[in-house]
This record gives sequence, C-alpha cells and structure tokens, in this order.
Amino acid sequence: MREIVVVSGKGGTGKTSVSASLAVLAAPVVVVDCDVDAADTHMLLTPSPGRENAFLSGHMAVIDPGACTACGKCLELCRFDAVSGDTSGIYQIDPVGCEGCGVCARFCPSGAILMEERNCGVWMVSSARTGPLVHARLAPAAENSGRLVSLVRTEARRIASEKGLETVICDGPPGIGCPVIASVTGASMILAVTEPSLSALHDLERVLSLAAHFSVPSAVCINKHDINPDITERIESAMKERGVPVAGRIGYDPGFTRSLLTGMTVVETDSPTAAEIVRLWEELLSIGDSGDG
Amino acid sequence: MNGGGSFTVAVASGKGGTGKTTVAVNLARSMGTRVTLLDCDVEEPNCTLFLYGGIITTREVGIPVPEVDESLCDACGECSRFCAYKAIVSVGSAPLVFPGMCHGCGGCALVCPRGAISEKESRIGTVERSECGSVTLVTGRLDVGMAMAPPLVRAVKECSRAGEPCIIDCPPGTSCPMIAAIRGADMVLLVTEPTPFGLHDLGLAVNAVAEVGIPAGIVVNRTGPEGLDVGAFAKERGIPVLLEIPDDRRAAEAYSRGELLVDAIPGWKSLFELLRERTVAMAGGRMTREFRQGRDRRPE
Repeated sequence: MREIVVVSGKGGTGKTSVSASLAVLAAPVVVVDCDVDAADTHMLLTPSPGRENAFLSGHMAVIDPGACTACGKCLELCRFDAVSGDTSGIYQIDPVGCEGCGVCARFCPSGAILMEERNCGVWMVSSARTGPLVHARLAPAAENSGRLVSLVRTEARRIASEKGLETVICDGPPGIGCPVIASVTGASMILAVTEPSLSALHDLERVLSLAAHFSVPSAVCINKHDINPDITERIESAMKERGVPVAGRIGYDPGFTRSLLTGMTVVETDSPTAAEIVRLWEELLSIGDSGDG
Repeated sequence: MNGGGSFTVAVASGKGGTGKTTVAVNLARSMGTRVTLLDCDVEEPNCTLFLYGGIITTREVGIPVPEVDESLCDACGECSRFCAYKAIVSVGSAPLVFPGMCHGCGGCALVCPRGAISEKESRIGTVERSECGSVTLVTGRLDVGMAMAPPLVRAVKECSRAGEPCIIDCPPGTSCPMIAAIRGADMVLLVTEPTPFGLHDLGLAVNAVAEVGIPAGIVVNRTGPEGLDVGAFAKERGIPVLLEIPDDRRAAEAYSRGELLVDAIPGWKSLFELLRERTVAMAGGRMTREFRQGRDRRPE
C-alpha cells in the first residue's frame, strides 16, 4: 500500500486542491483529510456523508461547587493556567485551558474535582466519487488533534487493505507540529506543495527537515510558479541542494477557485493547469516506482 | 485585559495562507506608537521575513520533563498509571520517559511515593527578540520534530509589555496552538478570503473564538468581483467586517519578496491606518453601533 501525504508548512499553498485532484486521477483511492482543524476536502470531493462517530479523547477537570472548600490547591498545582479562583471562594476550571492531566483532581483534599471524558469531535467514512473519504471535524477549540489524525489515518489504511485499494492520499495540515507529525510518520511519501514566496520557502525547508527527521521520502510541487519566477528558481536550486525532486509545477490559475464553486477539482475541468497536475501524478508514480524516492 | 490605551489583539484564521502575517506586520507598522508584535505561529514563524532588525536576544525554551533516579525508584508504576499522556511508561526496573509526549504537568513527580522523580527542562524551541523601528518583534521558533507548540506559544506571550499595545500573529487552525495564542487577548481579528474554503474555515474559527469568549472582527483579504459575500456571513453572526483588502497582483508580488504592503503600494498606508483606528476602538470597547455595522471601502 502506498500512502502519499500532502503537506506544505505554510497554509494556503494549495494542499487541498492538489490532493483532491490527485485523488481524482488515482481513483479508486482512499482519501483521508488529516487537516482536522479546518477540514475542507469534502467541499471538493462532495461525498454522500457517512455516519458520524464520536471522538472521545482525553479528559477535562470539573469542580463540584458543593464539595469545593476553596482551599486553592488546584490553582497552585495547575501548570496550564486553567483554574481561576477568587476571594469569594468560587473556583472554576476553564475547559479551554485544561489539558486533562488530572493533577488537580488527584490532589484536591476534598475530592471535589472529577475528570470527565472529553468529546473532541466526530469522524466519518463518507463515500466520494474517488472512493472512501475518511474525514473528521474537531470540536471548536478542542484538544487532541494529533490523536484524531492518527485515528483517521489508521481507519483509512484499514479500509484500503480491506477493499484492496493500493493508494491512500492524505490531505495534511499546515505547520510542523503535533498533527503534522501524526500525519507523516510511517507514510510512503510526502508531497510538499509550495509557492514562490520567501515565507513559503522558509516553511517548506522546515517541513522537509521534519520529513527527513522521520525518514519519510519527499517530493515538492511548486504551485503558482509563474507568480515570481526568481523565487521559483531559488526553490528549485534549494531542492537540488537537498536532493528533493521537484515533481511538478503548476501555473497560477483562478480555475482552482472557480472549480471549487462547482464542487469539482481542477483536473475535472478544461483548465490549462489540469495537464500540469496529470504530469505531477505521473512523476510521483515514477518516483515511487524507482524505489526509495 | 489591558487598560490605559494598551490592548492585545490576536490575528487568527481557521484556514492557513489567508493573510494573518500580512495583517499583523502591516498593522504593527501602522500603529504610530511603540508596539510589541508576538509571532506565535511557532511552527512556521514568518514575521521576521517582513520586519528586519537584528536579533538582540535568543532564549531557549523548554518544558519540564521527568527524570527518574533509578537508585530510588522501586518500579511501583504509579507514575505510569497516573500520566494522562503515556509519556512515562513502566517497564522492568525503572520507567521510560518519552519527552515528546510530555505536557509538563508535573503529576508524575507529585505522585511518586519514593520521591524518585525530579524534573528537568527539555528544549522545545527558542524565543528571539528583535527591534525593528517602533516594533519590538518577539518570535517563537519550535524545534523541528517537536510536537508541542502550546508551551512555546505561552512563553512568547510572556514577552508582552505592560502599557504598550500588543499584536499576536497566531497559528492557523482551531485547536490547541491557536487557542493558546488567542487566550487572554482583548479581541481577535479573523483574516479570511472570499472563497468557499475561506468562508467555511472562517465559520470554524468564529466558533472557536466564541468558545473562548473573545470579541472578534473580520478582515477580508483579496476581495474582488468574483469573491463570495463574506459580509452576509458576518452580518448573520453579528461580527463586524473591519477591513477589506483588495485582490491586487502588486500585493502578491510584494508579499512574495517579504515586503510590507504599506511601504510597497501607494495608498495602502491609509488602508492599514483605518484598520488600526477600528481595531483600537473595538479593543477599547469604544466602537459605536454605526461603526460596528460599517464596512470598509476599497482604497482610492
């Protein structure tokens, strides 16, 4: 099974548009939306929605006001600034700050703090024109996005092997932290989508270092390459130095947004960039076939 | 909450790449007073690419992770049973510590009946400070391979200065790093673009900000004739649109080279000065009803 994870470092470079387009070209595939904070793949693949499964993960402290003696122990021990207390003796936990460690509950002398299971969102297996789409919706301001990413990825791999599908395409989150690490560890290949700006190049370097750190082979696609040819050239030479192949270049194309309005990917339209994405997919396949990328 | 003319505004968005950093750096440059800009997008900090000033200080930031004194440990396993993050695991004679999973709550040291656990700092990144004219820029930079952004975000936020306005460039998304960045701010500027993705993720961000209970204003970036109507959404949710930034190739080009829009494009200085006025008014709770419903025009 081949698992290609689309990342970028910087947000807004075109991860979702590119990964949904690749899914159309590779279909039937399993697609998994690992950007659980701001999941958008369903807007391009327009699946018939699957049943929602609750994502219960971690715990949250809750103070029983009847049992609380306002001793202030919880306030003293909490390292996440999640306890507020005042002289009137009303102590409260801010659910947004609580990281569920359980220290306050364990050391409350009156046993007034309970650790409640936390509902952090939902995940679904929906049915798209490209095949199964595994996606999720993190609850607003919720914790544990990394665990939710691991869950949807595991589910996607299980479905792929059950249905005999050889490719899983993951639409990854921006950044290099917890949910990105959960998205890339153990993947067959990372496709980093970048654009010719100093910010995007800076962020690309960091996400490629992350991929190298976890020994996952990478390839790069330069989106909107014609916006600033000088920086495109800089990206290409930086990639040569790193030994990371540039598998594709996509021109600036308002068709990306226009196709989105109709719930289609750009490769399903007569947009001039469709052919460039087809070449990107062919290149990725040949990189994958040539061994370790 | 700050008083006396100082306030904290967090610049956030659900979707990445909508222009948070653009708004944060250009607003900082347009403040007209001394201001602290905190780059809390510690996974991918970019403000330094737009505001140049030598780094004055770099400080390492760590989180406290457990260190087990094996001569005292009797392998009772209490630490491992207590840890909510599976960061300390009992195997054989002494527990194994996984610093990458540790949130630094200190619970294991507290529950150890033999006092065998102490804490040591484990580096997760750095905080850099630089002076760029009237802007003091504080940048958090997460080490590559580290998962835990929120403690570093909190370390950056400790660098805000009393009596001076503070602008926070937040990480994208709606989960812990973004929440850690906006907590305690007087208001949040949500930057979006008038596309289906932009509007969808703006909805998610509005919900997350509401959960934290901070007033929000919207900045629509790259508006144009083909754009969706963000104003209708804003009205429905009762959130003012404080600024519309027109779609302009010159802006994309200046951004790509790491230039400030207020310097690169004639007339755009007044655009960000307008945002400053509205932000200051809203953060100070001085916004009139008329103002709250007002919408910005394009620059002349």
